[in-house]
Amino acid sequence: MDERAAAESTVEAVFREERGRLLASLVRRFGDLDLAEEVTSEAIEAALVHWPVDGVPARPGAWLMTTARRRAVDRLRRDQAYAARLAVLQVESDRADPAPPADALADLPDDRLQLFFTCTHPALADEDRAALTLRCLAGLTTPEVARAFLVPTATMAQRIVRAKKKIRQARIPFRVPGADELPDRLPGVLGVIYSIFTEGYAASSGPDLQRLDLAEEAIRLARILRRLLPAEREVAGLLALMLLIHARRDARTGPGGELVLLDDQDRSHWDRGAIEEGGALVVVALTGGPPGVYGVQAAIAALHDEAADVASTDWPQVVALYDLLLALAPSPVVALNRAVAVAMRDGPEAGLTLLDGLSGEPRLRGYHPYAVARADLLQRLGRFPEAAAAYRAALETVGTDAEREHLWRRLDEVERSG
Amino acid sequence: MKYMMLINAASTDPVANGCTPEDWMVYDKQVSEAGIFVSGESLADLTTATAVRVGPDGQRTVTDGPFAESREVLGGFYVIDVPNLDVALDWAARCPGARDGGSVVVRPIADFGE
Repeated sequence: MDERAAAESTVEAVFREERGRLLASLVRRFGDLDLAEEVTSEAIEAALVHWPVDGVPARPGAWLMTTARRRAVDRLRRDQAYAARLAVLQVESDRADPAPPADALADLPDDRLQLFFTCTHPALADEDRAALTLRCLAGLTTPEVARAFLVPTATMAQRIVRAKKKIRQARIPFRVPGADELPDRLPGVLGVIYSIFTEGYAASSGPDLQRLDLAEEAIRLARILRRLLPAEREVAGLLALMLLIHARRDARTGPGGELVLLDDQDRSHWDRGAIEEGGALVVVALTGGPPGVYGVQAAIAALHDEAADVASTDWPQVVALYDLLLALAPSPVVALNRAVAVAMRDGPEAGLTLLDGLSGEPRLRGYHPYAVARADLLQRLGRFPEAAAAYRAALETVGTDAEREHLWRRLDEVERSG
Repeated sequence: MKYMMLINAASTDPVANGCTPEDWMVYDKQVSEAGIFVSGESLADLTTATAVRVGPDGQRTVTDGPFAESREVLGGFYVIDVPNLDVALDWAARCPGARDGGSVVVRPIADFGE
């Protein structure tokens, strides 16, 4: 990268947050994502030219907004047909959702919440929602989003075009759902952010166990959403969950990039700041109303993060939280995790009985954590040939190279013990 | 913005669908009172369907059917005029045809003025 490119990418990073805000405001004003994206980029390019020479303006947000708005008006003046179409859109969207009175004092009003709901709209395909959210709200470029999802840039560009086309043609609105719709719609927004986190964190395939960027982007998105919806406890719960898992990132891989399980992690490498912040958010998430799925999962993560080691972890409490989670969102995967916690509380035999009770679950067939958990408990019980068979079963379905190496080591261990 | 709601019933048996003719009358009234109704029909029984195909040589083929291989059968449609997809989805969710294994597919009407 030459010097100019380096300088530009620094400035781009500085603008990332501004980009989402600017884009959201322009979408509200013009009702069109393509136009808003185009003039957002142009305004940022103009800033890159003018600010180093003229100095950064006193109100940078307002400067960018004014510049972008002027470009949009120019564009609409040149293209009357486009303008006419947008005018119709605008009238109809006002009919549906009257705009709030303009706040002349704010440097830049924050319209990002409606963009969150549009980008994660349930009418869009799952994979497109995450891509669009990263593009429009995290301010990532299309090649960056493509790299994060390990797909060619052209493929990602097509996906984003397809999603934007559906927004435009099916007229998915730019609006914040009413209070009565929020319980229906918010889980979808949180689900997209969490899917970005898990995608980046436990990369499901490929050489890198962790793609830190995506996990951090997801945390950044959750922070933005938390500012926009401070009263929603599940937003706090999601942010807490991600912070508490991410706090262990440095201990999760060894010097050779190999996977280190929770039991064997050097807990002095855990990020205390993130654990503290996450722990405080767990309290927010679980106070003042019935618990939500993210809040409960965050509470479980907090119990792990706050324990000095595996033995002193509050396993009875972990089991109790899994019981709660099973009641809120029954799933074989949660039952699997609960069985592992029961094994820690009551011994491997009790855990194994529960795991064997789940053997008929179709969702756990080919799900390698199930085989790994069984293998581990069998190993602890000294049933080495069975443990070896379970490790082999896990190796057939495991995703990342680091996880595969870990399982080979465990298999080697039990074969030598047997 | 006009949307077509394609109403797919899980079964042609109205009782098995769990909604009564009264449910449909109530819904129909709601749609017309909201001022969003453009058009709408319910279709006669699927056994009355006839398919026509014309080959490259201009030869016409008429066949009985088609009888759905999938479990869902197009039973009727509405075209409504509403501001955006969220409003259209709300109307689809209220439609009796969306319940008990049925589904309502919402499709925007193409706008060639774009």
